Amino acid sequence: MRTVQRTHSRDRALLRDAVAIAAAMIAVGASFGAITITYGLPVWVPVLMSTVVFAGGAQFLAVGLLAVGNPIAAVFAGLLLNARHLPFGLAVGTTMGTRWRDRIIGSHLMTDEVVAFTLAEPDPARRRRVYWLLGVTLFTSWNVGTLLGVLLGGATGDSEALGLDAAFPAGLIALILPSLRDRATRVVALTGAVIAVAGTPVLPAGLPVLCALLGLLTLFIPALRRPAHGQEPPLKDQEGEN
Amino acid sequence: MLIAAIVVLGVGTYTMRLGGVLLRERLEISAAVQRLLPMAASALLTALAATATLMAGSGFAGIARPAGVAVGALLAWRRAPFVIVVVVAAGTAALLRLAGVS
Repeated sequence: MRTVQRTHSRDRALLRDAVAIAAAMIAVGASFGAITITYGLPVWVPVLMSTVVFAGGAQFLAVGLLAVGNPIAAVFAGLLLNARHLPFGLAVGTTMGTRWRDRIIGSHLMTDEVVAFTLAEPDPARRRRVYWLLGVTLFTSWNVGTLLGVLLGGATGDSEALGLDAAFPAGLIALILPSLRDRATRVVALTGAVIAVAGTPVLPAGLPVLCALLGLLTLFIPALRRPAHGQEPPLKDQEGEN
Repeated sequence: MLIAAIVVLGVGTYTMRLGGVLLRERLEISAAVQRLLPMAASALLTALAATATLMAGSGFAGIARPAGVAVGALLAWRRAPFVIVVVVAAGTAALLRLAGVS
């Protein structure tokens, strides 16, 4: 009984989180739709992009380049920005399910937020549910937002005035923090973040974040790799505090 | 040309999404490497959060956004619920901008 209750309350909390992030997705999706129209691109462009590409950062970048008549740059810049989905897919693996239908549909729903929510779920048995709930919610809200932006244009308001540009990184940080309690992960991630920020002024968009993988090299520092060769499942039994 | 660019970008992105998932199944991944995968994802997500917080294009993002994220991060560190973190971060940035701080 108690487990059932706990499952219910955790589902409610998950649903509440999903609704919060969906609201933000609708607002940012609307500004994506509105901006695309302001650029003078046809109305089907943002709608098709949000369903077929479904990756916010790459979509904003690509419409900017499409608007100035540079479709080839749009494709390359967008693909570079989205290349992080390959390591994301490796990390998430078959969390979405092992049937072909699950993998084929589930892969399309993979975004930064879905991956962050899924990996933040400590109970492996619940991860699949988290992945699908977030994936479907975000896909729906992003596309609804895009449509609203196309229909309402400038009336959808400025997502920066609402502070939404601060909401997304803050949400990601909230999801990543538990994984950073593991010392090795913390060193890898923070080193990677410093490399990415330092590289942003000089590298093309997308590459700095990929360069964060260089943070994994810190694992070669002997003091940090102590538990790496243990037989038991690692991660858990390192310094639990701080 | 427009439609071709969007479809190529969509198919390419999907290929990378599905590719990672299938590779994870097909490859014989040792335990040591399996331990690296969530770390790699954490590194990418942390870098994404850091660059989205601090940078706008190739320059610095100003004050309002990093300040909002910092307040949100502090709340997250104090184990505030996700919704509170997101709403307070956005609210802080929005209020700062309303007050003329960008």
